[in-house]
Amino acid sequence: MKSSSHLRNRQQRIGFSLLTIMSFLTIIPIAGVVIYILVLGAPAINWEFIAGFPRGGMREGGIWPAIVGTLYLTLGTAVFAVPLGIGAAIYLSEYAPDNKTTQLIRIAIINLAGIPSVVFGLFGLGLFVLFLQFGTSILAGSLTLSIMTLPVIISTTEEALKSVPQAFRTVSISLGATKWQTIRRIILPQALPGILTGVILGLERAAGETAPILFTVAAFFLPRLPSSPLDATMALPYHLFVISTQVPGMPIKIQYGTALVLLVFVLSMNIIATTIRSRARARRQW
Amino acid sequence: MDKSNIRHEFLITFFIKSAGYSAIVFVGMIFIFLLLEGLPAVQKVNLASLFSSRWYPIENYFGILPLIGGTIIITLGAIFIAVPFGIGTAVYLSEIAPRWVRELMKPFIEILGGLPSVVLGFLGMLILSPFLRNLLELPTGLTALAGSILLGGIAIPTVVSVAEDALDAVPKSYRDASLAIGATEWQTIWRVTLPAARSGVLTAIMLGVGRAIGETMTVMMVTGNAPILPKGISDLFSPVRTMTATIAAEMGEVASGSVHYHVLFLIGIVLFLISLVVNITASAVVFRQKKRQERILS
Amino acid sequence: MNKISIQNFSLQYSDGTESLRNISLDIPANQITVIFGPAGGGKSSLLRVFNRLNDLADVIQQEGKVYLDKEDILSPKTDVIALRRKVGMVFARPVVLPFSIRENLTYGLEVAGEKNSDRIKHSVEKSLKQAALWEEVKDRLDDPAIALSGGQQQRLCLARVLALEPEVILLDEPTSGLDPISTGKVEESLQDLKQDYTIILVPHSVQQAARTADLAAFLLQGDLVEVASGDTMFTNPQDKRTQDYIQGRFG
Repeated sequence: MKSSSHLRNRQQRIGFSLLTIMSFLTIIPIAGVVIYILVLGAPAINWEFIAGFPRGGMREGGIWPAIVGTLYLTLGTAVFAVPLGIGAAIYLSEYAPDNKTTQLIRIAIINLAGIPSVVFGLFGLGLFVLFLQFGTSILAGSLTLSIMTLPVIISTTEEALKSVPQAFRTVSISLGATKWQTIRRIILPQALPGILTGVILGLERAAGETAPILFTVAAFFLPRLPSSPLDATMALPYHLFVISTQVPGMPIKIQYGTALVLLVFVLSMNIIATTIRSRARARRQW
Repeated sequence: MDKSNIRHEFLITFFIKSAGYSAIVFVGMIFIFLLLEGLPAVQKVNLASLFSSRWYPIENYFGILPLIGGTIIITLGAIFIAVPFGIGTAVYLSEIAPRWVRELMKPFIEILGGLPSVVLGFLGMLILSPFLRNLLELPTGLTALAGSILLGGIAIPTVVSVAEDALDAVPKSYRDASLAIGATEWQTIWRVTLPAARSGVLTAIMLGVGRAIGETMTVMMVTGNAPILPKGISDLFSPVRTMTATIAAEMGEVASGSVHYHVLFLIGIVLFLISLVVNITASAVVFRQKKRQERILS
Repeated sequence: MNKISIQNFSLQYSDGTESLRNISLDIPANQITVIFGPAGGGKSSLLRVFNRLNDLADVIQQEGKVYLDKEDILSPKTDVIALRRKVGMVFARPVVLPFSIRENLTYGLEVAGEKNSDRIKHSVEKSLKQAALWEEVKDRLDDPAIALSGGQQQRLCLARVLALEPEVILLDEPTSGLDPISTGKVEESLQDLKQDYTIILVPHSVQQAARTADLAAFLLQGDLVEVASGDTMFTNPQDKRTQDYIQGRFG
């Protein structure tokens, strides 16, 4: 008996160590990737690189049009995806009856989340660029990205709404408030930090995506800033793809610099989102 | 309540309800558009040549088997990485890790989930594939293996977060009961906790597979893009090309309405259907589990 | 004079919990009507009929009539929002809204569209005085309401209802979570308030029922067993089941 328990303890020690090692093997490369890009990209960063236009077949100069383009696309995505996503989440959390239709909506959301990003690109090309004749434009790209972003915004917002205590709703209704008054004055303000977190995480995904914008918006090289939503634009992820695969003789420094800017763009959204979440959790009164 | 308020409330409610149904509308619209643009391919290219093993669009060879094969071999490779590491990390985080390690590790995994795939592809080209080429003495490092390794990494955050939720949902009393009859924590994990979370863990794997199949930029950048039908495990060490990469690489250059254009949409239909099957299966597991919980609770 | 009249009322929820069977009861104005009985007997469900709060629950079957001053409140034509302003409710657990003390009191008026700031200000003070809370909070009206003690929170909830100047006040075990002193304060306020309001109380104990009731109704597993004046009910109940419950043989 004693020896068997000894054996089992050793088995447990080995098992635990193995899992610990595996977990760290998962984490370390992530940290490695981030640090590596920070270190190798940093030398490229200067004022001209950030705020200048590309020159010399993109082998010199800066990436300003790509930064601006990604900014526009992210904002454009927000314009469509945020009201729609929050609206859908309010429906699911506050209105939807527990029936087959609602279950169908939930299945649709799960599926929308799982559709490959390049298929969104095909859809955007078919519907927005060609059928609705928006052309390859910020408008077409933003619409495509918003549909892709929708499931993230819906599910995180719904979770935030559902975490607001049910008692607030009952009390508000009992005081003669309508359903919408209850939602607008109590539920939405209380869920706001959670909603913001979800929205930013969704937009983070949109900002970093390449495949959906390949055929709907991205310009290979466009040495000016877009002036209307119907213009094409450069974008950071696509620009990184282009300069790392399509342009021979590209200085490695510029490649890493571009990767760094993209990474900082996306990671700072991530950090903002998680900061909002943890602060709100600490301050919450219920 | 006065008239304008009633109107206001009605309009808002109408917007909210429409937004609620939007997901169904979009999934439906995506499918319809893929069908409209993809089905003509079946008329213009006969089925036999579609399912042949030669993809060479310039000479009108549209065999999609090599592309499906490329997706399969890379996904299988990714599963071999994502499942043990993903589940292992989930078990570690939920059952073993001290609180502070968990708090420290989870944001890292979230960050990996948010890394743009083009950045991973970029590093894959510059670091991973030269490394593989030297290590394995291959003619090129741009291989299915490089794709599998990166896709495995991309799928891990999905696997970890879903599997960890499933493990967390296992009632503490199960573990206590097992420990009380003298099982070690290790035995409890394998004999009680993991089996109890089985369906959630399966969902995690399914969703991870879904992520891997759908990933585009990374595979396009690191797999060498050769449309050759893989015949065995040894083809992990040669260049391949996936369905997603084919669409991404070629759609920009085809004339809309051409045969090539329609065939690319047809590949889109295949991808759409695969993701539909993967996600409906995964969500069926989730719904069933919820039902069962409700039954137990009531 | 009767404020509320319930005629042959029945109710069933989809999940099979608490139902009400064929209830008929007249509730007099300006008195405290106490609805008491063991848990699960349908007291809260009955209370939630009067302000149609059951609309939020999954009711599968509802029959009979309920009149408030001759108005059929179950009719689909009833303006539910207006009804809920006339019939205020205090819940078992004090639920203060996540606002300041003042905003808790003005919430009901604001959603009703009241814009006159003098009237709002006046109503804050008046309702707090009625609920015997004014002296304790008058200097910190803009503090978060959550910072109040449990007893203060419950009196704030009462004040919040009073601010709407309702006609009927429903109280669902309002003192169940409170200490004896706070309970005493709430009961005292109720005695003052009945001059102006019709009060329907689900008490948290038989003792509280006996202390407060002008009219008492004993509800047992969905049936209304006995209705009598408070004095009669707790000294000389007619039904054997009422006797047993009051004497503590069950429940």
